[in-house]
Amino acid sequence: MGEKLLMKGNEVIAEAALRAGCRYYFGYPITPQTEIAHYMAKMMPKVNGTFIQAESEVAAINMVYGAASAGARVMTSSSSPGISLKQEGISYASCAELPAVIVNIVRCGPGLGGILPSQGDYFQAVKGGGHGDYKLVVLAPYSVQELYELTVEAFNIADRYRVLAMIMGDGTLGQMMEAVEFRDKEETPDFKKDWALTGTGMNREHNVVTSIYIKPEELEAHNIKLQKKYEQIALNETRVEVYNCDDADIIVAAYGSVARIVKNVIKMAQKEGIKVGLIRPITLWPFPSKAFEKYAQVPKAFLTVELSAGQMVEDVRLAVNGKNNVHFYGRMGGMLPTQKEILDRIKQILK
Amino acid sequence: MAVVFKRPHALKDVSLPYCPGCSHGIIHRLVAEVIDELGVEGEAIGVSSVGCTYNNYLFFNCDMAQAAHGRAPAVATGIKRVHPDHVVFTYQGDGDLAAIGTAEIVHAAARGEKITTIFVNNAIYGMTSGQMAPTTLLGQVTQTTPYGRKPELHGYPIKVCEMLSTLEGAAFVERVSVHDIKNIMNAKKAIKKAFQTQLDKKGFSIVEVLSTCPTNWGLEPVEAIQWLQENMLPAYPLGNFKDKDMEV
Repeated sequence: MGEKLLMKGNEVIAEAALRAGCRYYFGYPITPQTEIAHYMAKMMPKVNGTFIQAESEVAAINMVYGAASAGARVMTSSSSPGISLKQEGISYASCAELPAVIVNIVRCGPGLGGILPSQGDYFQAVKGGGHGDYKLVVLAPYSVQELYELTVEAFNIADRYRVLAMIMGDGTLGQMMEAVEFRDKEETPDFKKDWALTGTGMNREHNVVTSIYIKPEELEAHNIKLQKKYEQIALNETRVEVYNCDDADIIVAAYGSVARIVKNVIKMAQKEGIKVGLIRPITLWPFPSKAFEKYAQVPKAFLTVELSAGQMVEDVRLAVNGKNNVHFYGRMGGMLPTQKEILDRIKQILK
Repeated sequence: MAVVFKRPHALKDVSLPYCPGCSHGIIHRLVAEVIDELGVEGEAIGVSSVGCTYNNYLFFNCDMAQAAHGRAPAVATGIKRVHPDHVVFTYQGDGDLAAIGTAEIVHAAARGEKITTIFVNNAIYGMTSGQMAPTTLLGQVTQTTPYGRKPELHGYPIKVCEMLSTLEGAAFVERVSVHDIKNIMNAKKAIKKAFQTQLDKKGFSIVEVLSTCPTNWGLEPVEAIQWLQENMLPAYPLGNFKDKDMEV
């Protein structure tokens, strides 16, 4: 590893994108992710890149569609209400198999909601926020170091499979300052984009980037192709941290900023003689179901903790598949659970 | 024997799916002729939009993207920023450009995005079978204005060229028609000028082409040409609204 710096989460996302070779950023201001845009506005001219403050989130995601069509590494970032606006473009780009990275620094909803941390966009991200059968690869970092590593990884996954990859964080991660160690140089595999719109040069058949297939046979065939690709991604790209689970009394499922709180709960509980394990999905889609299957019968119960009314808990229940009880504890509106709150809930379940 | 008329190279040898009497075929040909004459087919990237021409990416020989409804100028912006020396154009109808895509076209023009827009105005939604467009004339009967377009209920037609020509970033803005030979020749000149404006990196360029839609106007092709002349020409005066070349 190389340079070690103290940086803000949002700025690390932008820096990671630049290091991954992203030279095109299109966005629209919204709290709490604006530092990404500020960083890009400042840095892009220095690396001969393009920063555009678009007229809307809708325009920004369509500029991403254009730049990705043209073969470039491209990124947009926003926060929940803005991500809702981008869903049209996300569905189109997924169908057209365009690689790009979308950052969602989630805030609380529904509606204009509030600007404080939330995980209420889980369903939108992993179950498909737009129309049709498609998937995003959704990465959920839980530290500033991971914001860097997973942002770089998001670009590689996007290019490898021609899919959209989403970095899902929240204001806690975006605004947090933490040490981050950058690699001296990013290893970027050479992705040959012979499908991209680069001009025919009059020496090849024209390339077309489209998301419309009017003939039902062709559209079904295209959908089957997409589903096969998603199966491959699920096979190769599922990421999870399994911590302290081997002889756990209870296993907590949590991702992102909540997983940080849970790690402290584990220490607190140890002092009281309670063994708490953690399964932390790093990819929310593909969901690490196998980790839950493996430990389904180890603890006395599972507890999912989220900053939502209970969204990921549905996937945990599907993975545990009735082999154990899966409980839920959540806070909403930007309220964060304290360590004590979570520990009290654990004790209540184990009683 | 000398060849005096042939299909432009930039247009594929396929039959176009448009209704009899529709102007899209002529306009496709003019765009392709201009691409040929400027010798830019190899560097051209077009963006199809939503409407009757949703799949005209199949008809042009250059690289093509298909965009969501109204978003072609944003997609073209992304492409052009990646390939600043390529020739990027959008082909959009009146519903696409002047209703759902108003923000995208206005801001592409305001940014002086170096793209060319071919804007086909036939005063109606064609693909979805004849609803009111932003450019539907006052009094015009459509599926959604069955008693005619009334200003107190439906507001007024949008004059896109007049509106966009107020923007600094718009370098070339012209309205043409293709209802007779003379006008077809003029339309081609304007389209060529618009592409040249982009090649010269002067800013945003747009050509609005008044067009017939006999099917949804409920007219025979010949009557449609008549109707365009009698009704659209007075409402949408032809001419150049902006040409940065001509400015002192």
